Amino acid sequence: MTPPQQPPHGASPGEEPGGEAPPQRERRDPDNPERLYVLTGEDSERAPLDLVTLIVARGEAAPTAQPEHSAVLRLCRTPISVAELSAYLALPFSVVTVVVTELLGSDLVQARAPIVRSALPDRSLLEAVMHGLQKL
Amino acid sequence: MDFKSSDTITGPRSEDVLPHTAAAAVKVVVVGGFGVGKTTMVGSVSEIRPLTTEETMTQAGIGVDDDYGSESKTATTVAMDFGRISISEELVLYLFGTPGQERFWFLWNGLFEGALGAVVLIDTRRLEVSFDVIGRLEERGVPFVVAVNEFPDAPDHGIETLRRALDLEPAVPIMPCDARRRESSRDVLMTLMRYLHSLTATRV
Repeated sequence: MTPPQQPPHGASPGEEPGGEAPPQRERRDPDNPERLYVLTGEDSERAPLDLVTLIVARGEAAPTAQPEHSAVLRLCRTPISVAELSAYLALPFSVVTVVVTELLGSDLVQARAPIVRSALPDRSLLEAVMHGLQKL
Repeated sequence: MDFKSSDTITGPRSEDVLPHTAAAAVKVVVVGGFGVGKTTMVGSVSEIRPLTTEETMTQAGIGVDDDYGSESKTATTVAMDFGRISISEELVLYLFGTPGQERFWFLWNGLFEGALGAVVLIDTRRLEVSFDVIGRLEERGVPFVVAVNEFPDAPDHGIETLRRALDLEPAVPIMPCDARRRESSRDVLMTLMRYLHSLTATRV
């Protein structure tokens, strides 16, 4: 057994309130390379859809439409996220993005982009979220 | 491709449908080791019954064992539970709970990059399962708070001892919570939003 590590930040070791000291996290070695994993398929032909991009139908499916297209159009009569589409259709996220990209191409749906974290977060957005959470 | 016939697809219940005014969504990711209560937390604050989305990842083997140079690939399906909170008529918050297999989380396109921030849920009985994910969040500059899910038989080290053990930056909030309770999970999200808000204040 290796002896317990000294806590950082100059804290004094000794009595821990919970008895045995918890395990100590070591900072990750930045030279330690990421293992290589890639998403299946190429992303080049897909619209930049996020899990939480909201999709809204602009029209009805043609009677000859593929079943996936009809199903997506039916689900997005009201705004619905790509993640929810994936859940209700029981299809992987990347497969749903392909179907939605085709529908975007034929102008049958509209995509409402999510608000993503930027270098400088939007304070009014965060205040709106806090206000909404307070009502929960 | 295995696709359910359109007739058998169950869409959202009428009360789970978003209003037409829903204009944009934001997301928060809940991370942590297996069994720490991520899905519980998502479910306790979600206005809809948690749903599951999945993605297929391909793992490319790199120089493992004696198969140097061979391109062995295995496909893995990674599932994620998520819930939703309507913030206003226009804004929706989605909460994603990542499952085990943490090496895959960061390859899910845009999961962390676009998220407002993350909640690291920890179980003091198995603190070390959260070390790797905290390191990855730090590396990627994803702001996060740490929530200690309080299990009855878990050792109570005290928040400051846990902060040291996790080697958190001084500004990173760490708080106890009960992921089963809506108010407690809501408070964790509030702490994350306040923390993000404080980051804007220091950068202006």
